[in-house]
Amino acid sequence: MAVGEASLDPSTVPAGKAAARAKKPRRKSLFLRRPFFSLALLVALGFVLCAVFAPFIAPYDPTAQSIEAMMAPPGPDHLLGTDSFGKDILSRIIFGARYALTIGIVAVLIGAGGGLVLGLAAGLSTGWLEWALMRLIDSILALPSLILAIAIIAILGQGVDKVILAVGISLVGPFSRTVRSDVLQVKTQLFIEAAHLMSIPRLTVIRRHILPNVFFPLLVQITVRISEAILVSSSLSFLGIGVTPPTPDWGLMIAEGRGFVSFAPWMSGMPGMALAILLVALAIVGDAVREEFDPKLKRAQ
Amino acid sequence: MTEPLLGDAVPAAAPGAGSNGIAASDRPVFELLDVEKRFAVSRPAGFLKREKRSLAALDGVRLTVRRGASIALVGESGSGKSTLLRVLLGLAEPSDGKALYFGQPVNEVRAQSRDFARSVAMIYQDARASLDPRMTVTALIAEPLLHFGLCGREAVGERVAALLSRVGLPAEIAERYPAALSGGQVRRVAIARALAAEPTVLIADEAVSGLDVSTQAQLLNLLRRLKREMGLTLLFITHDLGVASYLCEEIAIMYLGRIVETGPTDAVLSAPAHPYSRALRHAAPEFFAPITDPLEGEIPSPLDLPTGCRFASRCPRVEEDCLTAEPILAPIAPGRTVACRHPLDAEDHPALPQITASAPAAGSPAGGAGVSA
Repeated sequence: MAVGEASLDPSTVPAGKAAARAKKPRRKSLFLRRPFFSLALLVALGFVLCAVFAPFIAPYDPTAQSIEAMMAPPGPDHLLGTDSFGKDILSRIIFGARYALTIGIVAVLIGAGGGLVLGLAAGLSTGWLEWALMRLIDSILALPSLILAIAIIAILGQGVDKVILAVGISLVGPFSRTVRSDVLQVKTQLFIEAAHLMSIPRLTVIRRHILPNVFFPLLVQITVRISEAILVSSSLSFLGIGVTPPTPDWGLMIAEGRGFVSFAPWMSGMPGMALAILLVALAIVGDAVREEFDPKLKRAQ
Repeated sequence: MTEPLLGDAVPAAAPGAGSNGIAASDRPVFELLDVEKRFAVSRPAGFLKREKRSLAALDGVRLTVRRGASIALVGESGSGKSTLLRVLLGLAEPSDGKALYFGQPVNEVRAQSRDFARSVAMIYQDARASLDPRMTVTALIAEPLLHFGLCGREAVGERVAALLSRVGLPAEIAERYPAALSGGQVRRVAIARALAAEPTVLIADEAVSGLDVSTQAQLLNLLRRLKREMGLTLLFITHDLGVASYLCEEIAIMYLGRIVETGPTDAVLSAPAHPYSRALRHAAPEFFAPITDPLEGEIPSPLDLPTGCRFASRCPRVEEDCLTAEPILAPIAPGRTVACRHPLDAEDHPALPQITASAPAAGSPAGGAGVSA
């Protein structure tokens, strides 16, 4: 109580508090400093909420067909219209957020996990093993993620789990490359030599000094690459080789509406817009996270 | 004095002391016997051709570091100081010659046990880079404590606090990261970390360069106090002669991968015997005196060493026999050696001002405004 009163009146603020307050504006107002980030974060969280509470939010069953309401334009009954089978597009977009986010996040985690292992191995090994690992990474990287994902789908077959795996594997290349370059950069640092000088065992050095210094840039990469994973998975569905109908997947919905674009543009347009908004929001969040937590810019308190 | 913290470490950590008895304790801590370190370099030799050459970073270096000694290693950039250090620490293997630690090759001693790593501590020139940026000060100082089993986890906080106060740092920085510390504080953390292992030998590479004068003075006072209290053997790499004379009883001057002069710091600095030492001595700025042009020409490339004395191309006193064969390090007075055919003697030194009086680091309030214990 006393503290609360004192801090309201500037003249009675104790010296220590005043100093603490003088420092505060630099650290506190992340949301005020980055208005776009705040907006994008709200949008992204909105999609997450939709995904989690889809059954409670969606006005209709996303797979229920209706002959009366076929290709209805956006209106009071169906806010975003219906598709050629009369399925409610808003409900399908809401349920589709589940697939988009689940596939995006799980695939990125698979890619990051694989990339961490491969990148660490490539960055820490020497001689022929390093050569072999680097050629492996190069050959993964030589193919664009989408092409690689298509190739993996061709082997594994279709389905949500296969899409997640395919997209995840297609991301291992980029992840392992960044992990490897971080490892190479960290392992030449003086504090690694200092640890070596102290006769600290190699594995301990990796665990204690190299991994933590590689892990934070990796977290940033993860946030940045979720949108890429969602885009690739949607592209797979759009091409008809990803998730199978009647799953409410955005890419699939865009593909289904393609033939009706001239007289029912909302069929492709609405899920396309949802995809675009989510990707832009995630990209802005990812960039902000990268700028805020870049290890080179980081100033711990 | 915080005697219990590190006081008993001096005799205990010398390997071989138990098995060899008195003989081992008489042995020098470090002994470099004609150490050479060559690096293979390739450079362009015409179109699409490269020529393989070997570059001698160290060339026949002899150096003895006795227990309790304090030696300054002085020389300009590229003279091989850092390579010498790496050989001494066992990070680089000499191409030829021997680097001995209590009579045993450094590489073997390092491989055998952690004793060497514990007894020989290093303070890097770039202290900030030598500390893991993802670790707090406590974690950084606790690492050697736990690694060498010097205390249990429950006692770490106490030991870290004791070490911090020993190097004059406030206890509240314990939970900070290096990025939040000033240059002087980072050096102190590096020193505290080095001392945590309870070493008997402290090797410091330019440990005070690049700091403002008052911080330098505080750190020098701190190091001098630690040396005195803990009986540390000190090897201090510097190019500041004032620092050398303040902290070290002996000095070794390097030029192009060779030691050209050794001896007691005061004697060498007041009457240098090697023309290069004299040039260095004159290059040290004095108050109220114009800075003389120290040396003509550049340091020769170690790839194209001149035959004969490697200093001949820049030496003001060069004579014909200097160009034929390389002079070896030979004694000229008790405790002094020089690698020169025509060493300078006392008459060659008209009124050199006392370097200890003028060097800013040493001249600053010794102990007064310095580190509070």
